[in-house]
Amino acid sequence: MGMTITEKILADHSGGKTVEPGGLITVKVDVALGNDVTAPIAIRKFREVGAKNVWDVNKVVLVPDHFTPNKDILSATQAKILRDFAIEQNIVNYFEQGEVGIEHVLLPEQGIVLPGDLIVGADSHTCTYGALGAFSTGVGSTDLAATWTTGEIWLRVPETIKFVYHGTRNKWVSGKDLILYTIGRIGVDGALYKAMELRGPVIEQLPMSDRFTMTNMAVEAGAKSGIIPPDDITLDFIKSRAKRSYKLYYSDSDAKYSEVIDINVSEIQPQVALPHLPENTKNVSEVSNIELDQVFIGSCTNGRIEDLRTAAKILKGKKRKKYLRLIVIPATPTIYRQALKEGIIEILAEAGAVIGPPTCGPCLGGHMGVLAKGEKALATTNRNFVGRMGHPESEVYLASPAVAAASAITGRITHPDEVYQGEE
Amino acid sequence: MAIIKGRVWKFGDDIDTDRIIPARYLNTSDPEKLAEHCMEDADPEFPEKVQEGDIIVAGKNFGSGSSREHAPISIKAAGVAAIIAKSFARIFYRNSFNIGLPILEAPEAVEGTEEGDIIEIDTKKGTIINTRTGITYKANPIPPFMEELLEAGGLMEYIKRKYNLGEE
Ligand code: SF4
Repeated sequence: MGMTITEKILADHSGGKTVEPGGLITVKVDVALGNDVTAPIAIRKFREVGAKNVWDVNKVVLVPDHFTPNKDILSATQAKILRDFAIEQNIVNYFEQGEVGIEHVLLPEQGIVLPGDLIVGADSHTCTYGALGAFSTGVGSTDLAATWTTGEIWLRVPETIKFVYHGTRNKWVSGKDLILYTIGRIGVDGALYKAMELRGPVIEQLPMSDRFTMTNMAVEAGAKSGIIPPDDITLDFIKSRAKRSYKLYYSDSDAKYSEVIDINVSEIQPQVALPHLPENTKNVSEVSNIELDQVFIGSCTNGRIEDLRTAAKILKGKKRKKYLRLIVIPATPTIYRQALKEGIIEILAEAGAVIGPPTCGPCLGGHMGVLAKGEKALATTNRNFVGRMGHPESEVYLASPAVAAASAITGRITHPDEVYQGEE
Repeated sequence: MAIIKGRVWKFGDDIDTDRIIPARYLNTSDPEKLAEHCMEDADPEFPEKVQEGDIIVAGKNFGSGSSREHAPISIKAAGVAAIIAKSFARIFYRNSFNIGLPILEAPEAVEGTEEGDIIEIDTKKGTIINTRTGITYKANPIPPFMEELLEAGGLMEYIKRKYNLGEE
């Protein structure tokens, strides 16, 4: 019987020919990622168990991106634990400030993750790399410590739901809108323990940036992983970045899926997810009366150069609403420099934005844009849980960079058509 | 660890990791400090009220969101002996077994339990008795491999044994 792309990658990494959904397997890992929040616990466990050296200095990746540049003494201590470990173990892919960006944008950009890889990361949005045709999933710190020790991890083989996107995208409907709509349809546990395989003619035409945005949010539907079959767009993205071999996998035509969900994108308009769950989605036009205190454009979901270009196009020559804070954070230093080169930083700054250094920052309510009691923010991030960006009584609305830029101008949730008449 | 008996604190559906341990406290990984804020954004008084040996009973998708192991660590360090929920988010599920915190999926037991009830869990048999109503519920079975993890006291202890680590 046929296998899915996910089953094939898992089988190859388990040393077997086939795997069965539901089965527990042990697999070899190609990349094991930790950050300044999750790695310190992993390092403690690694030492407690008496391990001396990580299994492969080329495959362990350490990215201090959450609370850097450090916001306080405690977070500086966490980052130091990471740095000291990287030095001690000779970790090749450790990124210091000035080089560091948000992990899930940085790793693909630097060619560290490639098609066909099996990647685990102590960060739930590790599922992002599925956009390259890799199996990639979030794990905990103890899992990470175990992987550093043995180079392997135990996994339950997930069932796969196939999503087929067809039809014609409406103006301003980006990867973010497609994934928000999908989560709105299946719910925050709609793909619990499963793999989401995203396919169809609409996906085949999406640029990599939108594909990353979509697989990034697979975990918001409870999924173990999101995956997109590699194609010319994928190969074009990795050709200048890959420094080692990789493998392309594809689902067989007779592969077994737990469900096939058909999505006609012609019916989708720009989306907003209302507090406090990513499944609370509405069309932007239905909620355009909601007034905002802050707009944040950034994060591993939408902090890429394409996202900044969209924001700059809409904000060019305009001003943010008085008293609204507009925070823009390019996800990596490379993106920051590219945005400088293209004049994007200047356009955004003239529109009244504050531009932050590459970091997770306000996405998780860490620093640089935390909300006060009762405040409302629209963010291009992936989670709008209670207290996610600050006070437990603040609110987060999730949307695309285009909606975020438009909303910054009017001070309320706004459809881009309302403030920008040009081409998308 | 086969029998766990304790008082119930009840929570609803989709309790995410930001509510279990908000990111503003993630600048430390010290279990005792994390325990001081355990479940704070779901119930601000929880860290004060919870006693050693208590049990959390919750709805569907418990522990959704972040991979932060700080979430089950804070719960364990706060003294909670076990969690019963209708379902768990996947990384939270792994993390709990990996750190040796018993968790059970038992939708009917959740329905039949109220805050303040005393329940008795047999992790080996997978049964849950509500001492107020006298009703016994069955939990979804724990895969044998994960039982081994719990018995070893977590994944690292398991690996230590398997790979003979820590011996000079
Ligand atoms: S940007 Fe936000 S969601 Fe992404 S890794 Fe950082 S904190 Fe997590």
